[in-house]
Amino acid sequence: MARVAVTVPPSAKRGEIIEIKTLAQHEMETGFRRTQTGELVPRDIITGFVCRYNGVEVFRAELHQAMAANPLIAFTTVAAESGTLEFTWTGDHGYLANQKAEIKVV
Amino acid sequence: MTTRRQFLALACGTLAAGELRAQLDPNIQAKRKAALEAAISKVVGDAPVRPGKVKLDVPPLIDNGNTVPITVTVESPMTEAIYVKAIPLFTEKNPQPYVLTAHLGPRAGRATLSTRARIADTGRVIAIAELSDGSFWSDAVSVVVTLSACLEDGLI
Repeated sequence: MARVAVTVPPSAKRGEIIEIKTLAQHEMETGFRRTQTGELVPRDIITGFVCRYNGVEVFRAELHQAMAANPLIAFTTVAAESGTLEFTWTGDHGYLANQKAEIKVV
Repeated sequence: MTTRRQFLALACGTLAAGELRAQLDPNIQAKRKAALEAAISKVVGDAPVRPGKVKLDVPPLIDNGNTVPITVTVESPMTEAIYVKAIPLFTEKNPQPYVLTAHLGPRAGRATLSTRARIADTGRVIAIAELSDGSFWSDAVSVVVTLSACLEDGLI
């Protein structure tokens, strides 16, 4: 199973801008490297990332080979209401990872 | 008879020549430039890209090109009327210059993005911001890379 981690503040004031950090454990094989016998190592990367806030998409990213291994993405969003933040990573060879985080807005 | 000194000189010469052949692709500069332009025009289209509004934060000297922290900040009120739609990020000298595109909306609150990229060689890092009114703004920073990513395959 794919390992992922997210940091979301557990609680925030309404309207506050919160920072979200996400990390996925992944080789991000570029497809440009060769083995010692000269064969090309096939590309295997995460290509998409989506963050949904109570079902509404608030952030999305397309990733390419020039991303570092174990891609880190940090972004911000406005704490609008209490609820769930859902994170989804998708990639080559059917890679799929999910993570959820609860936030309490006061 | 071959002396040890002659043998060593010959061996080094052969090795060096092999290395040079791998690195001296006469068209490599043109190829990289074309790859970068193609990647940018795919995102931007024919629209003009103006400098300004975007602030790119990259360490000027990079020890390890495999993980380079990059922070992009765009000056924008991030309201429903005007906000940053997307932030594509490029590096000049990679075999594949496209790093990522982040899609934001007014709900982001602030137009900032932090990530980590691979950088193959000393060159520029370019961040572009697409605003909701359709205009494009950009910033470029030159960085020096000592240990480059993806060099073992001789770049491209």
